[in-house]
Amino acid sequence: MKRRDSLKAIALTAISSGVLLQSCDTDKKETVATPVKTTGIDRHPFEQVRDEKLLSEKFFDEHEMNTIKVLIDVIIPKDETSGSATDAGVHDFIEFIVKDMPRHQLSLRGGLKWLDVQCLKRHNKTFIDCSSEQQLTLVDEIAYPEKVKPEMKQGATFFNLLRDLTATGFFTSEMGLKDLGYAGNKPNQWDGVPKEVLDQYGLKYDERILKESVQWDTNE
Amino acid sequence: MPFQIKENSNQYDVCIVGSGAGGGMAAYVLTQAGLKVVVLEAGPWYDPAKNVTQLKWPWESLRRGAGTTFRPFGDFDAAYGGWEMEGEPYTRVPGTQFDWFRSRMLGGRTNHWGRISLRFGPKDFKGKSHDGLGDDWPIGYDDVAPYYDKVDDLIGVFGSKEGIPNEPDGKFLPPPKPRLHELIIKEAAGKQNIPVIPSRLSILTKKINEDRGACFYCAQCNRGCTVYGDFSSSSCLIKPATKTNNLDVIVNAMVREVLTDESGKATGVSYVAKDDLQEYQIKAKVVVLAASACESARLLLNSKSKSHPNGLANSSNVVGKYLHDSTGAAIGGVLPKLFGRKRYNEDGVGGMHVYTPWWLDNKKLNFPRGYHIEYWGGMGMPGYGFGFGIQGLNGRFPDRNGNQKTGGGYGTALKDDYRYYWGANVGMAGRGEAIALESNYCEIDPNGTVDKFGIPVLRFNYKWSDHEVQQAKHMQETFQEMMHNMGAVITWGIAGPETNYGLEAPGRIIHEVGTTRMGNDPKRSVVNKFNQAHDCKNLFVVDGGPFVSQADKNPTWTILALSWRASDYIIEQFKQQNV
Repeated sequence: MKRRDSLKAIALTAISSGVLLQSCDTDKKETVATPVKTTGIDRHPFEQVRDEKLLSEKFFDEHEMNTIKVLIDVIIPKDETSGSATDAGVHDFIEFIVKDMPRHQLSLRGGLKWLDVQCLKRHNKTFIDCSSEQQLTLVDEIAYPEKVKPEMKQGATFFNLLRDLTATGFFTSEMGLKDLGYAGNKPNQWDGVPKEVLDQYGLKYDERILKESVQWDTNE
Repeated sequence: MPFQIKENSNQYDVCIVGSGAGGGMAAYVLTQAGLKVVVLEAGPWYDPAKNVTQLKWPWESLRRGAGTTFRPFGDFDAAYGGWEMEGEPYTRVPGTQFDWFRSRMLGGRTNHWGRISLRFGPKDFKGKSHDGLGDDWPIGYDDVAPYYDKVDDLIGVFGSKEGIPNEPDGKFLPPPKPRLHELIIKEAAGKQNIPVIPSRLSILTKKINEDRGACFYCAQCNRGCTVYGDFSSSSCLIKPATKTNNLDVIVNAMVREVLTDESGKATGVSYVAKDDLQEYQIKAKVVVLAASACESARLLLNSKSKSHPNGLANSSNVVGKYLHDSTGAAIGGVLPKLFGRKRYNEDGVGGMHVYTPWWLDNKKLNFPRGYHIEYWGGMGMPGYGFGFGIQGLNGRFPDRNGNQKTGGGYGTALKDDYRYYWGANVGMAGRGEAIALESNYCEIDPNGTVDKFGIPVLRFNYKWSDHEVQQAKHMQETFQEMMHNMGAVITWGIAGPETNYGLEAPGRIIHEVGTTRMGNDPKRSVVNKFNQAHDCKNLFVVDGGPFVSQADKNPTWTILALSWRASDYIIEQFKQQNV
């Protein structure tokens, strides 16, 4: 892997500094660095080759990517709980996923172009050069599919897809998972629904379930 | 390099093709008995303790866990394979449907399945006697029950004793307590007199031996378990079998055909090694096919010789016929009462903690066989697809502050909607019994298509009959009523006659069986009641192929039991020097 490519791989995935050092070492030794090291999950050689190829390619140009960054932070901004979509690296996820799922490519690229054409017609500027006010006025016209005017339908279709990918990218990031309060993915002793939650919904375990289910010795 | 066939000089007692449930169990039982065994596996070695995707976070996948052609069930799924494999095509008769899921790796599809481990009941072996359709098995529940017991002891399965006549109880480990949505489902189902009982999964809620750890409740069985807390053939059967020193496993070995001598007896197999693309032969006294129902049928049909001109074990012309998969239909939605729910670790075991066995009398219905119901929902780990279609939710239900918004939107209010609605999803799927029909089959593609190894490929011909369509209609009606009774709002899956009520295409449930069915009559079946080919006494088939009928149960536990039973029979033949 070329240094440029491995740096790109690093930028595209949330990885620890330990892996970063590993990648640098690999460069010096000129041995093969594979996405296994960048992703940390078991990969078949066939998958390594494909992932590596996708990571080495670039789909969105700079202007498109800058537009995506503005839009995804409109969709998921920073609030008191967590950062924004770009803070969570969602733009990098979107760059990867369109290469992995080419069916999204035309919808996103065409949608970005559609957006710029709307702005050029109205303000003689591309979307990112418009004022925030102008940007939000346009977003308001495409963000509510049930209310969208027929001539803005293409924008709504584009925005639905971008909203979906932004939400997935954000809430599957480390920041997003923490925001959501997902409490699993670690060794656990499942002992049923917490008592206060059962009470909240007026439910309880019957005697038989309590007697026959896996028991945990709370004194251990 | 000259093209030559290399012969393996080892003389094996038994050569097994395939390392999934059937092949793994045969390898385990035969090596324990001291027989020298070789297993040929078409994919690579796999060990869930070393090939790890368990306990990884969604961001550790470049695609956040989305499926690929290579792993259609998601980037973290343990199974290598899918419905389409590069260079290994299959074809379909125009106007018919069948999707063939293959998993090429040690342990085969046991690396993927939901660990649902159901025994067939007495009625399941005698379908024809009950409704006149299909055929009875040449064996009954009493023949298989001792082997179900042994499988329970060896591998471990949790469940509850219920005493339901056609849902025989096993030697169960204790089940985990139901999750919140499962309690809500159970309560609602009670209003319809639909039983909801603890599921029966081969997951160790208690440690059963020193080789395997107990479940630690990460809900990720499909990723393979690093402590072997669930069943997969690689960790629970092949691995212990290698410790006997009686087992050789050759991976990346794609078997081309079964070899026979002039008397028609099997002498071994030939295979292409994927690593060097050279041709090899293995000699063995007994050949056991466990390559999966359709792959084993393909092998037999491709093993033509002077003594077996119609393909091996196919004088009946039955090989490939009576192919049948489970039916499947599903609907899903949200439980508004769970919006904004309290967070806690709800992972549990991999899959559902409760399920519904078939509960009705088909004599009072317009379709012949039953289905069981599987459930899901709750606060699972987010992955690719999280939050998709929010405009269908936040325009339909008020948000956390009671505001009824227009669907879609953006900004901090939208961001909070994702949090608010998370964990409220709920859904259910039926898995039912299809009638095995002679007219549903796989055959060698008559147009001469071959795969990248030059092996002739299968062509499928499968159409659902009205029995299955009516069953799917019943699932639809039942599920809609259940969702209503629990206060859920259906958001997807409602289907009418134009789409066969959501009935999935054949092959999609990955329970296909029947292609080398067993029977007492050599003219109407491929193997006898010990999985032994009528036409070739030292050839056995121990995957799902010998199933006469599928039942509304997942086939794995029965494949394991029958493979063990067939293996005991093989050992007996060696003792009596019949082979």
